[in-house]
Amino acid sequence: MSDLFQLTVTVNGTQYQRSLEPRILLSDFLRHDLGLTGTHVGCEHGVCGACTVLLDGRPVRSCLMFAVQADGHQIETVEGLGTPENMHVIQDAFWEAHGVQCGFCTPGILMTLVPFLENNPDPDEDQIRHAISGNICRCTGYQHIVDAVKLAAENMKVQTLT
Amino acid sequence: MKPPPFEYFAPDTVEEALSHLTEYGYDAKALAGGQSLIPMMNFRLAQPGVLIDLNKIASLSYIRPDDNGGLNLGAMTRHFQVEHDPLVKEHLPLIYEAMPQIATTQIRSRGTIGGSLAHADPSAELVAASVALQARFRLRSQTGERWAAADEFFMGMFTTLLEPDELLVEIAFPPTTPRTGWALMEIARRPHDFALVGVVVGVTLNGSDRCQNARIVFLSVGDRPVVAHQAAELLKDQEPTPEALRAAAEKAAADDIDPSSDIHASAKYRRQLAKVLTNRALDQAFQRAKTNPN
Repeated sequence: MSDLFQLTVTVNGTQYQRSLEPRILLSDFLRHDLGLTGTHVGCEHGVCGACTVLLDGRPVRSCLMFAVQADGHQIETVEGLGTPENMHVIQDAFWEAHGVQCGFCTPGILMTLVPFLENNPDPDEDQIRHAISGNICRCTGYQHIVDAVKLAAENMKVQTLT
Repeated sequence: MKPPPFEYFAPDTVEEALSHLTEYGYDAKALAGGQSLIPMMNFRLAQPGVLIDLNKIASLSYIRPDDNGGLNLGAMTRHFQVEHDPLVKEHLPLIYEAMPQIATTQIRSRGTIGGSLAHADPSAELVAASVALQARFRLRSQTGERWAAADEFFMGMFTTLLEPDELLVEIAFPPTTPRTGWALMEIARRPHDFALVGVVVGVTLNGSDRCQNARIVFLSVGDRPVVAHQAAELLKDQEPTPEALRAAAEKAAADDIDPSSDIHASAKYRRQLAKVLTNRALDQAFQRAKTNPN
């Protein structure tokens, strides 16, 4: 085992301090050390997108970062998005439009979509497909996911108006 | 799929990073965005004993015009910063247009221009683009610094001029020549995937609308970016007619490259793609050169 490093990181608004080996991936730190298993681990080499989280507001592959590199940064995971009783508007749209089958890819897709819809409140289908092209889904054929994103964008507009 | 243990340093300055590189030499690896190195470590294809993380070195992240109209980029400038930068849009239309095609949003959040170039993947867009644009690379070590032309920097698959104690710290792009047009085209099995074949084309027109200079650089057809010298020679002083463009594209695909077959595509198919893409890219680049006053 190599030396332990001190890590102070804010995850979903809560600050954590841990000491850990530098080789621990951010994805494993979130799941094993913090118990935040909503971040899924698919390929572990940056292809599938299931482990996507937000680092200072930008989507990143948490399997392609060491946890120690998140020192002093802000991380947001799917657990910070909503609860079953009080879902985020994007989660709600996925529910409504049946954008979920097995659900493995869903947390990564949701975290990719949060900044995307903030920056593109009125996306067309091409933009939506481009936005989620870094997230692989093996169930849905993507059509219902695209429908869910369109619905989320609509609902977000309504939310902003009211 | 977990990296083996390593010693870890995260210096704040280039000097500190260089001192670690000097001390550990071949055992050490510099960690930039990590979007290629960390997957290789996860697979244990790469097992560096010492990792020198450059992510805390703020002085390596910048986009600055130089006095001659060129643009200098710090090696740790991330892809998403390049992607949205107005100076890049103005000075480096080729890079600006290429950025959204490079990997995925998530990768572009972390990946850096210096990391991509030092990794020297022959299928990387930035690698081929830097050769096409005749970029120059500033390499620093504890004993000094030297400059390398992109043309000579890439020596083979994942292999560059960099010595184990050297760090790529800056990329200098020369000013654009008036009446020049650029185009990048590639074919991949999936969006953002490694290109089966890609081509970067830059052409400059002279006063009588003939081709003064052409630069054609392929990605994914060899162990490094491949410059199509013979095709470029064929275009010199020619009017950019459809026939001239087709002849150049055929020359490039037949004589300038020697692609290999793999599970994704046969060599024959790669040549076919190279021909079609070069023809289209030349056409687009010449159109742009005509409408580009400066």
